[in-house]
Amino acid sequence: MTHADRIIPDRLQSPLQKRLKSWETLLMAVAIGIFVANSFASPYFLNAWNLSDATFNFTEKAMIAFAMALLIIAGEIDLSVASIIALASTAMGAVAQFDVPTFVLVLTGLSVGVLCGAFNAILVTIMGLPSIVVTIGTMSLFRGISYIVLGDQAFRGYPKDFAFFGQGYVFWVISFEFVLFAVLAVIYGILLHKTNFGRAVCAIGNNPTGALFSGIRVNRVKFILFLLTGLMSGVAAVCLTSRLGSTRPSIGLGMELEVVTMVVLGGVNILGGSGSIPGVVIAAFVMGMVTFGLGLLNVPGIVMSIFIGALLIGVIALPRLWTMWKE
Amino acid sequence: MSVMKKIMSTAAVLAAFTASAAQAEDMRIALVVKALGIGFFEAAAQGAEEAATELGDVEIIYTGPTDTTAEGQIEVINSLIAQGVDAIAISANDPDAVAPALSRAMQRGITVISWDSGVAEEGRMMHLNPSSNPLIGNMIIKLAADHLPDGGEVAVLSASATATNQNIWIDEMHKVMGNYPGIEVVATVYGDDLADKSYREAQGLMQSYPDLDAIIAPTSVGIVAAAQAVADAGKAGEINVTGLGLPSEMAGAIESGASKSFAIWNPIDLGYSATMIAHALATGEATAEPGASIPMGRMGAVTLDETNSGAMADPFVYDASNIADFVDIF
Repeated sequence: MTHADRIIPDRLQSPLQKRLKSWETLLMAVAIGIFVANSFASPYFLNAWNLSDATFNFTEKAMIAFAMALLIIAGEIDLSVASIIALASTAMGAVAQFDVPTFVLVLTGLSVGVLCGAFNAILVTIMGLPSIVVTIGTMSLFRGISYIVLGDQAFRGYPKDFAFFGQGYVFWVISFEFVLFAVLAVIYGILLHKTNFGRAVCAIGNNPTGALFSGIRVNRVKFILFLLTGLMSGVAAVCLTSRLGSTRPSIGLGMELEVVTMVVLGGVNILGGSGSIPGVVIAAFVMGMVTFGLGLLNVPGIVMSIFIGALLIGVIALPRLWTMWKE
Repeated sequence: MSVMKKIMSTAAVLAAFTASAAQAEDMRIALVVKALGIGFFEAAAQGAEEAATELGDVEIIYTGPTDTTAEGQIEVINSLIAQGVDAIAISANDPDAVAPALSRAMQRGITVISWDSGVAEEGRMMHLNPSSNPLIGNMIIKLAADHLPDGGEVAVLSASATATNQNIWIDEMHKVMGNYPGIEVVATVYGDDLADKSYREAQGLMQSYPDLDAIIAPTSVGIVAAAQAVADAGKAGEINVTGLGLPSEMAGAIESGASKSFAIWNPIDLGYSATMIAHALATGEATAEPGASIPMGRMGAVTLDETNSGAMADPFVYDASNIADFVDIF
């Protein structure tokens, strides 16, 4: 009597199948598609230095996007990040006028970032105001202060070694900014996916009341997330200021929307509760390569933003269309 | 294996094809503007195309960011460096912020010049100003004097009392007053570049000086407000409002006769000249150094000062005969 092997599944999908069907895989396929398309469309794309230059299109935004991803997963948002960059950069510019050493400048930028984050955090967690309203307000407030300080003037005269953060290379074509981006990606990946704190963030996003009753200090976690977002804006301010070599109040204008786009494209649920750092990393590359590739073809910026918008809607709509079609 | 080989050889052929195509290409000059979709810069691009047609072997890449940020321009510059264009002619959003990126472009053998809005000295080879302060100072009084052959009284309606540009131009104007005998500047008032304040100041001038023949407003806000005040007072044709203004805003004043003529730089000439200079520097026909004279085709030549910047020409005069051509441009 032959005995037929019967497989009794202990889960609905195999791990491999689950991985293949994930958002990250879809995004990775898009990224590879764009990379190949770019290589064929422009003879200048496949060049180590050019690709290195291209990373500057997204590294600073991605640094903020990591912290923003956690914040959005927890069900909050910070739209003031670009204005925090302006204020932090203005503070650094003001301090630089006194010929201080470079580490003092960096410290100033980071501290202003954290302070701005704390201001948002107090209004949201202690006063209980909705974060979207609070940060739309601080978006005008922080940049407004920069405009009052600077008007149509600019701060320049940063020390020579300050240029390293935005213009320096660690090894061959690998820029300091890119290394920082990679290190931060790993740190935030561990923080979100491997720590209790990360689990708490997801729990809060899924059900804040449930999380509170489970013993998670919801407000404290949110407070820390706003501080982190402020800190990362400070880090981005150091890099961007160093790269530009000067500060004007319009620095980083409109960057908050690109950061949020990056986070959403990375598969983070805009309503909170789920998302991954690898997704955000791939989304950063996708956005950077799309803008750089189109730039090489001299596509006007206006058309470029249409592309980014279409990409965002397309990547989000595709899985939904797929499930609708299967049903 | 054979499939792999096929792909490899196709890729090689493709690469060779694109490489040879790139070599056969014309000289590529990038005209980088503050932002796309601005009439002034579209007109400059038109001038650049004109220069390219005249030169024959030039391709113009007209590009710029969506909004007037330095970061956007740096991304554009990076992609131009990556493409290995031959020259970049830029009107900068921030003189300092774009300088590191442009220095990098120059290190990689790209000719870099700025025009209209300049770049810090280390970030460009030369800068082309649309005009110069002495030329502007002379032009604004000449515009008034041309319509007053027997002399007369003129008043100046400026921006704010601390406006650097306007003060320099008015100073330069006073220096050349000797060339315009019979013309007397009776007053200088300040409208702070606000439409309503400029309008009231113009009204005040008409009341204080009943024999006033002309109002010179070296500001695009003041000139429109003054022309409106003159027209409203029923003195169009009697008092000539002139100075620096934009054709799109001044068309009505020219039509009503409140303004006989006014001046501003011509963006078409500016784009044309920038392209000519970029071409001359990239081919090695000319070198950017203090005192050098660089040819600009039909616009003559520009002479560089000790900061390697030079002035293109007198401001361009607009009147009833040519304003219709420029109304839609800027």
